[in-house]
Amino acid sequence: MNEKKSKKGAFIALVCVAVLLALTIVLENTLDPTKNIMLFTVLKKGAVYALVASSMNLLNGFTGLFSLGQAGFMLLGAYTYAILTIPTDTRSAVYYLYGGCAINFSLPELFGGGAAGLILGVLIALILAGCVAAAVAWLIGLPVLRLKSDYLAIATLGFAEIIRAVFQWDKLGPVTNGANALKGFPTFSSFNIKGGLRLSTFVAFLLAAVCIGVILLLINSSYGRAFKAIREDEVAAEAMGINLSRHKRLSFCISSFFAGVGGGMFAMFATQAQAKTFTTAMTYEILLIVVIGGIGSISGSCIASFLYLACSEWWLRFLDTEVVLKSGFKVPLLRNGFRMVVFSIIIMVVVLFFRKGIMGDKELPDLFRARKNAKVKGGEGNG
Amino acid sequence: MLKIDGLRVNYGGIEAVKGLTFEVPERQIVTLIGANGAGKSTILRTIAGLVKPASGRIHLQSEDITGISPDRIVSKGITLVPEGRHVFPDLTVLENLKIGAYLRKDSLEEDLDWVYSLFPRLKERSWQAAGTLSGGEQQMLAVGRALMSRPKLMMMDEPSLGLAPLVVKDIFSIIKKINEQGVTILLIEQNANMALHIADTAYVLETGRLTLSGSGKELLKNEAVKKAYLG
Repeated sequence: MNEKKSKKGAFIALVCVAVLLALTIVLENTLDPTKNIMLFTVLKKGAVYALVASSMNLLNGFTGLFSLGQAGFMLLGAYTYAILTIPTDTRSAVYYLYGGCAINFSLPELFGGGAAGLILGVLIALILAGCVAAAVAWLIGLPVLRLKSDYLAIATLGFAEIIRAVFQWDKLGPVTNGANALKGFPTFSSFNIKGGLRLSTFVAFLLAAVCIGVILLLINSSYGRAFKAIREDEVAAEAMGINLSRHKRLSFCISSFFAGVGGGMFAMFATQAQAKTFTTAMTYEILLIVVIGGIGSISGSCIASFLYLACSEWWLRFLDTEVVLKSGFKVPLLRNGFRMVVFSIIIMVVVLFFRKGIMGDKELPDLFRARKNAKVKGGEGNG
Repeated sequence: MLKIDGLRVNYGGIEAVKGLTFEVPERQIVTLIGANGAGKSTILRTIAGLVKPASGRIHLQSEDITGISPDRIVSKGITLVPEGRHVFPDLTVLENLKIGAYLRKDSLEEDLDWVYSLFPRLKERSWQAAGTLSGGEQQMLAVGRALMSRPKLMMMDEPSLGLAPLVVKDIFSIIKKINEQGVTILLIEQNANMALHIADTAYVLETGRLTLSGSGKELLKNEAVKKAYLG
């Protein structure tokens, strides 16, 4: 009976996601993107951050490994994606300081160009972006995953900083373009059909939804249970026959894979990839989203990423502009930078009143289920 | 079934187990009794593969299992109920039980029914977080979780720790019941009285060495045991 229920739940979830995706198409084609820049920026960046936050939650929230290397893996993904997809004829312009690029092929062109080439090329480049991040995670994991809690956090944080420095190294210029940005590769906007449907937001949502779906399936599988067991009690998990080092490495690699894909998507969103954007501050932003959403809740991470970005980039913008009323009265406090003050206060309030984040360790469907269970129990009591 | 031969284990710089040889016959309840620091827990942890022995061999049904990884030992049919229960507090009772069967790929229905029939209380609470159970219920869950791996040999480390006398009695009668259904049991206990009453074979351990052995009933009557452990 439970299986039936969970199947029904999965079906409802799928329908909800499909509706959401359809809604993004409708929204983007009825509203003028040039007049609603903020809305679409938040939606696209939110989708990317939701994916990265979910991947971080898989590691930090479900496996209990406190890692701060997310920005480093995103950087790896972003660069892999960019290097593989910049069109060959624009390469010499992008790499002009280094006299052209050392890698002279472009995946969308390899697949014959056009719409099919674009879709296949971007997809495969994103998957490879994830694979590169996962492979590096596997290597880093060999020494680093022997560490616990704070020590692991410091080691991964250091790794992210090293990666950032390495990618800006002048000697690697022909591949990474040194400290300069990579640009010209396909972005979300490349998926807008000329004179037809605008699909850029839809593509961002679709990619994020598929990846988050995979993460959710993983969490609900027996592997996910093993991850949670490791988080709760390593001694007991080992005694139950769970191979600790193997599962930790698995979780680390999968989390990094999706961080890498998320990095590639971030490059698509930002229309350029540059090492100096993937700072520690970015990891902290994502960590903040995970904590506000609820450690151990994927739906919490998704909700929090949109709320966080809407607050930090859009809704509070008005606080940054000086306002002088008609009577000549200048509204106090409103000036450049005040937005961040208010934003910090909001975060403090949220953390104070939602100790376990917005969702705690519950997922969205749990909230409905809890209400139903309460009803059933009440019914039994009456009978 | 299980043969331990000249086992030496170093634990935290000291030699906790000093050349131990004993046997656990099939379908019996075997107990190791001894004071704090006698090396009882270390022995169980070594058999489970959590600690590597310095020397000596461990054989399960004439197969050498010395020094292999804990997950392979579990899949060979040895499971440990750790001291202090160690249930997964934020997971539900059902999830805890499923983790016990982590290495099995076949259907769990039958074993879940078996565990629920042994511990009806767990069925009532299957959707509750394990951390919200009482101490006795948590011990039941720890035993049930271990049984989910369908073990041939179940090792229990101080199942009576921190439980009320009535609950301890319950737990021991269930241990007996599990044994009657064909599971060999290796039990270590400070509550020597209880342990010796249900044990077919008992060994007395003193600072890493065996000093006495015999059936549970014999040891209950033994003057030295009476003086040292039964009071």
